[in-house]
Amino acid sequence: MANAVLPSVSAAPRRRSPLKATTEPAWIRGLLITVTVAFIFCFLVFPLFIVFQESLSRGVQVYWTSLRDPDTAHAVRLTLTVAAIVVPLNTIFGLAAAWAVSKFEFPGKRILVTFIDLPLWVSPVVAGLMFVILFGRNGVLHDFFWNGTRQTIPVLFATPGLVLATLFVTFPFVARILIPLMQSQGSTEEEAAIILGARGWQVFVYVTLPKIRWGLFYGIILCNARAMGEFGAVSAVSGHIAGKTNTIPLQIETLYLNGSMDAAFALSTVLSMLALLTLIVKSVVEWLAALQAKNAIDDGTG
Amino acid sequence: MHAQPRKHHRFGGRTILPGFRLTLGYTLVYVSLLVLIPMAALISKVFSVPVSQTWEMVTSNRAIASYALSFGASAVAAVINGILGFTVAWVLVRYDFPGRRFLDAIVDLPFALPTAVAGLALAALYSKNGYFGNIFYNLMGPEAWQAGWATANSNVGVTIALTFIGLPFVVRTIQPVLQDLSMDVEEAAACLGANRWQTFWRVIFPAVLPAWLTGITLAFGRAVGEYGSVVFIASNRQGKGEITPLVIYSSLEQVRYAEAAALGVVLLLFSFVVLILVNLLQAWNNRVSGTAAI
Repeated sequence: MANAVLPSVSAAPRRRSPLKATTEPAWIRGLLITVTVAFIFCFLVFPLFIVFQESLSRGVQVYWTSLRDPDTAHAVRLTLTVAAIVVPLNTIFGLAAAWAVSKFEFPGKRILVTFIDLPLWVSPVVAGLMFVILFGRNGVLHDFFWNGTRQTIPVLFATPGLVLATLFVTFPFVARILIPLMQSQGSTEEEAAIILGARGWQVFVYVTLPKIRWGLFYGIILCNARAMGEFGAVSAVSGHIAGKTNTIPLQIETLYLNGSMDAAFALSTVLSMLALLTLIVKSVVEWLAALQAKNAIDDGTG
Repeated sequence: MHAQPRKHHRFGGRTILPGFRLTLGYTLVYVSLLVLIPMAALISKVFSVPVSQTWEMVTSNRAIASYALSFGASAVAAVINGILGFTVAWVLVRYDFPGRRFLDAIVDLPFALPTAVAGLALAALYSKNGYFGNIFYNLMGPEAWQAGWATANSNVGVTIALTFIGLPFVVRTIQPVLQDLSMDVEEAAACLGANRWQTFWRVIFPAVLPAWLTGITLAFGRAVGEYGSVVFIASNRQGKGEITPLVIYSSLEQVRYAEAAALGVVLLLFSFVVLILVNLLQAWNNRVSGTAAI
């Protein structure tokens, strides 16, 4: 019973401290560790460090002034608005998709999962392109949204277009994290709840949700980070109007192209901190899941 | 128990859980609205012009040059990631040293860091005045730098950005497989007289091979479509330093939708090829790790 909670830990063979015959000579170990540490520091840690260093190189005063620029402030508000629409919609979708895929068998399931994965592999520019072709001038839905060269209902170069492009790019995240989690947890507890007379929503709220809450939380954080940081897809639909349709990443590009490097880096720190937060949440969630699994195993044997 | 008559088998499988129609219906509607309809629009746009004309757009000099850069730089980046990603995964799984958990967590950075920020940071680091760019500039001298070996504002820069983007894909696909390898097999190999090198090549490497190739394919597939981090560090010169997504983007800006759509479908077809390839590799991986467990 207890193994059904999170089987990944019990499935993995217990790691013993390696014998001399099953590990490498000390100098090879040292070399490989050095290569890894050097590579990760140069390639991952240093770029992150440079963002903060460059943004503060002219002092804190310049940093705060560049963040208070009206166009930049507008970009922050627009990004928050888009994320506030996209993240809840994709969370509901992720829950529904994960429930359908992990609790039931039906023909075409693999194809459905493949289509849920697809946005991860489609170039973000192509994702934006699809919506431009639907809603743009000369687009497929031209008659509904355009009157001559004017948009009657603004989708492109406006918030709805940004929302659609971001929805497309970020919708796999919650579903992708929940599907394997819910599949590994099985349905026995939900079935027991139904037999004991619970209603559907009660099963979901009182049985399933507590089991998946950490995975769900990480999925939402990841979805949010990607929604706020998306560049290619929104770039295609936005039209790049500073103070109107520029989200934070687009505003970073605008500032960079205008040569305002300080301001570009200052704005980048906002998104970098979001990325760091995402990594921290992921580590904590993994730690909690391991702890939960360990407790479950201890309960089972004790 | 399991041999129930087939007529009792209903759509949705044998379960008493509710919500099948609601959740599946919602999922299908959502996926159709967001993926299938936009994709159909893209494909219909391509077929709205004669095939010969589409073919011309897809094989124009500018397009071909962009494929060469996108696929070439992605391939180089995937190979670099294949080698270094394997090393990183190996070290993180096999060795214990202070700071290991921090390194493990930071491997996901390219997933979490917005591509525009990554591009900006890499461009600053690898430009002539940046920390790393300056080192390379002094090492190779101004002639080589001018001749196309510059680490920013160049095709080398594109490769650097694509390596950054692809790293976690290789590390995160190999890691679980390395973790699940049983020590017993290695001990058995050692007992039977294999030295460490033989154990690695004959026992460990074959077991990790499918996952390794999957990771490399994922990194390659992701890199070909990448846009945000590349445009900051690429030269973006027409016909020389343009990746395919950038060509699509500039066609869009000039309202040449048919051309953008034609190139978009090329990339879309490539995405499907990557997806199919990854599924096949994963099936192979399951077979390999299945037999390894016995």
